Amino acid sequence: MKSLVWRISSFLLMAYLLIPTGAWAAGGPASMLVVVADTRRVSLAVEKYFSNLYNTNILLFAVWAVVLTAAWGCILGVVMDFIMARTGLDLKSRKIVEH
Amino acid sequence: MDASWMYMYMPIAGVEIFWPGLVLIGYSVGVIGGFFGMGGAWMVTPGLNILGFPMAFAIGTDIAHIAGKSMVSTMRHSKFGNVDYKLGVVMLVGTMVGIECGAQIIMYLERLGTVGSVVRWVYVVFLALIAAMVFYDYHKATQKKKKGIVDGDKGTEGVTWYKTFHKINIPPMIHFKAAGFTCSVWLPIMVSYVTGVLAGFLGIGGGLLRMPALVYLIGCPTHIAVGTDLFEVMISGLYGAFTYTLKGRIELIAVFVMLTGAAIGAQIGTVATKYAKGYGIRVAFGCAVLACMVSIILKQFKYGTSAAVVILGAITIICIYIMAIMFKGAANELREKKLAEQASLTI
Repeated sequence: MKSLVWRISSFLLMAYLLIPTGAWAAGGPASMLVVVADTRRVSLAVEKYFSNLYNTNILLFAVWAVVLTAAWGCILGVVMDFIMARTGLDLKSRKIVEH
Repeated sequence: MDASWMYMYMPIAGVEIFWPGLVLIGYSVGVIGGFFGMGGAWMVTPGLNILGFPMAFAIGTDIAHIAGKSMVSTMRHSKFGNVDYKLGVVMLVGTMVGIECGAQIIMYLERLGTVGSVVRWVYVVFLALIAAMVFYDYHKATQKKKKGIVDGDKGTEGVTWYKTFHKINIPPMIHFKAAGFTCSVWLPIMVSYVTGVLAGFLGIGGGLLRMPALVYLIGCPTHIAVGTDLFEVMISGLYGAFTYTLKGRIELIAVFVMLTGAAIGAQIGTVATKYAKGYGIRVAFGCAVLACMVSIILKQFKYGTSAAVVILGAITIICIYIMAIMFKGAANELREKKLAEQASLTI
């Protein structure tokens, strides 16, 4: 039993080390940068708007990026708060013990 | 089987990305960042690169995601009372000025043409020092505990350098309510300035340096250090997201996908701090710092793949460790709550 567990864990460790290596090798060079957003393959109106904005007005795009990131962070925070409150855990107090 | 639905087209980077991978990276870094109080750029960037993002896009996307993720974590830590906003704002002043000075040093070194190698080795030295300090502190605290020495109501502490710094009486003196200490306002400003210079010099967010500085030099309890640092990471991350977007190096769709995973992970990492002792967090943090250091050394010697494997391995192990703390602690709490309810019913 012990040797079976050992074999399985060795296999998992090997796979864990080798899979990312393979993926990395298959990834190709990372220096091929696309500096213009390709709007031809985008079908969604919102995506198209932001891709066009990236190409035409980068400052406005940067403002949108910050505002949307903050807004999405806030929305997710509130939603997760709502879900976590239903777990029955006390999420408002904790003891600080260092050691 | 057609697996094309698992790939999402990123119009700015111009690549097809395996989106469950993005969610998974976001989740893992959410767990780790929420527990340690850092952004975790060193973990995300190689992960994004492996998924197929060009490096420049990986960095910008990573910074924006870190800002959003830190927001979720800060909200949760704030409810626990782990964020000292006054301390965070005071330190923000030093951090901003420091980062700018660090960036100027980098520009000077760039003119000399020695920047890449110098930065990496300085980074390695600092990570080694932090890791050594964390493990020395743990060793000292364990020794003290064995001898039965207890420091106040928070339990035994190993390194208490902050006590010496708290004796500095340069006015104005300021009281930080959540962190529970009074010191000269110049102490957090100077410490954040120094960590800011280093962060700017090394081109990192700085959570890796600020968290131990908050604990060892400023004297924050570990939990407050984690929460307050996340507040700083959130502000600096938003600024970083703006500047990287101006340079055109961000993939907004990926940011949102990663943030969705990170929001779940951040809850687990943050709530796990409730069930962890301060030294549990510090030692795990020391291990993360060691993994980061090893990966940089490997990169320096052109073993990029091995460096990525080390980082991914560290993320997996630390993530499992934190999740185990969270689920075990939560199960215990719910069990105790149920027992208490049953006991009150029988009375």
